[in-house]
Amino acid sequence: MKQIVIISGKGGTGKTVLTASFAFLAKNKVMVDCDVDAADLHLLLHAFVKERFEFRSGQTARIDKARCCECGECIDMCRFDAIGKDFVIDPVSCEGCALCSRICQYGAIAMEENVSGEWFISDTRYGPFVHARLGIAEDNSGKLVSRIRQAAKEIAEKEKKSYILIDGPPGVGCPVIASITDTDLAVVVTEPTLSGIHDMLRIIDTTGHFHVPVKVVINKFDLNPENSGKINDICESKDIEIVGRIPFSAKVPRSLVQAVPFIEYAQDEVAGEIISIWSKMESIMKEKKSSN
Amino acid sequence: MIISVASGKGGTGKTTIAINLALSVRNVQFLDCDVEEPNAHLFLKPLFSERISGFIPVPEIDGEKCDCCGRCQEVCVFNTIAVLPGKIREHGSVLIFPHLCHGCGACSLLCPRRAIHEVNKEIGIIEKGFSDGIQFVHGKLNIGEAMSPPLIRQVKKHIDPTKTVIIDAPPGTTCPVIESVRGSDYCILVTEPTPFGLNDLILAVEMLKTISIPYGIILNRYDIGDDCVDIYARENGISVLMKIPFDREIASLYSKGLPIVGYKREYDSEFKNLIEKMNLNTQGHN
Repeated sequence: MKQIVIISGKGGTGKTVLTASFAFLAKNKVMVDCDVDAADLHLLLHAFVKERFEFRSGQTARIDKARCCECGECIDMCRFDAIGKDFVIDPVSCEGCALCSRICQYGAIAMEENVSGEWFISDTRYGPFVHARLGIAEDNSGKLVSRIRQAAKEIAEKEKKSYILIDGPPGVGCPVIASITDTDLAVVVTEPTLSGIHDMLRIIDTTGHFHVPVKVVINKFDLNPENSGKINDICESKDIEIVGRIPFSAKVPRSLVQAVPFIEYAQDEVAGEIISIWSKMESIMKEKKSSN
Repeated sequence: MIISVASGKGGTGKTTIAINLALSVRNVQFLDCDVEEPNAHLFLKPLFSERISGFIPVPEIDGEKCDCCGRCQEVCVFNTIAVLPGKIREHGSVLIFPHLCHGCGACSLLCPRRAIHEVNKEIGIIEKGFSDGIQFVHGKLNIGEAMSPPLIRQVKKHIDPTKTVIIDAPPGTTCPVIESVRGSDYCILVTEPTPFGLNDLILAVEMLKTISIPYGIILNRYDIGDDCVDIYARENGISVLMKIPFDREIASLYSKGLPIVGYKREYDSEFKNLIEKMNLNTQGHN
């Protein structure tokens, strides 16, 4: 079983569009949406939720007004400015470190467990799908990502799946790190803009840091051929293969409005390129298998 | 006035809006709080004059004083510290995993032998400079670091309240975004008219309601999808401050790191009027 993660550094470069099409093309797979902050893949896969789970993570402090003597020690000690002058905890700022509750001489501060989100195992036309919804203004997206990846892995092992397809979040921080660790391949989707290039470099460094092999896809490559050329040069110098160059198409947002994977919406050169990218990835994975 | 520019979904045009707004008002300070993937400097091209380390305090053990009692491991809820019992140098030892540390200070404060002090661990850098009269500050998270909120907090320490402050926030709806937009007088949510744009807009609106910040929408590439965002805005009484069509010329300017204002003159007044619209909008909220 191979785990493939689709990431980008910069948001909005086409991760989810690509993942949904791979979900259609790949055989015998499980999908995971690790963009738990702003999950969208379920909109294209039409997830039918089979099982739901609470995601409990971390704690939040609560002050018992009856016991509190308003000495102010907790306010002074809290590094996250989470305790107001009125001795009420701001749950958004509270990191749950429990320092306040440990130092309070009056035993007035209790720590309460957070329910900070929900995660789901769903059925789709394309196979099992694990996704999540982090609560509004909640923390710990990295832990939630790890949790749903573990669930996907359990399903994949039990049902002897060939692939886990991971739709990753933007950025390079906590949820991204949790999404890419221990994957077999990271596909970086970029675009020929200065921002796209800048962010691609940072995410490539991040995959390197965690020893994840990486391939690049240039989306909307024809919007700025000069910048696409720069991406070529950069990838060449870093010995990274560009596995696809997808042309700009106004049909892509329309396929989103129809809420279907692009590959089912149109049979044009964009779809052709996506098919070619997937077949390259399949053979890369097969080579890996034989070399292991 | 502090204005932040955010969006649930990435790539909808946050940086485009933020930099064009910055170029359209006077006495501006610009803060790029998307410390994982900062881009605004590619457009505003500031000359940096200052470079400061961003850090979090992490524990360091004084081997002379530590008796491996295990109290620090017990009080650390982030599993940053592992204590192997026994005296140090006699099989006992303390392992620290600094990338898990939130810098709460519990271990050093509660160590009965005062054997823990904190040292600053760099998690990123903050750069300050000027670009055509705009004061510019951004943070850059070091590669491999997980936690961006502490760095965002440190970028925001440089806010100059005498200026109009424009904050470019990261995408999403969780901790790094909240850290970036809190304290703002107004938040512009940039979105696009697709089911993705709408889904993530709704999450972002919920987030802003939780932290009580007034907001309005800018609908970018308004002609590429359907009217789902318009309908949502109308039904929920949210003002749409501006609508920008899909335009290859704008896409091309963006790809080269160029702003819209000054290049497409018809937008100059639109961006100039944005602040006024936000002011009216805030009054409407109250």
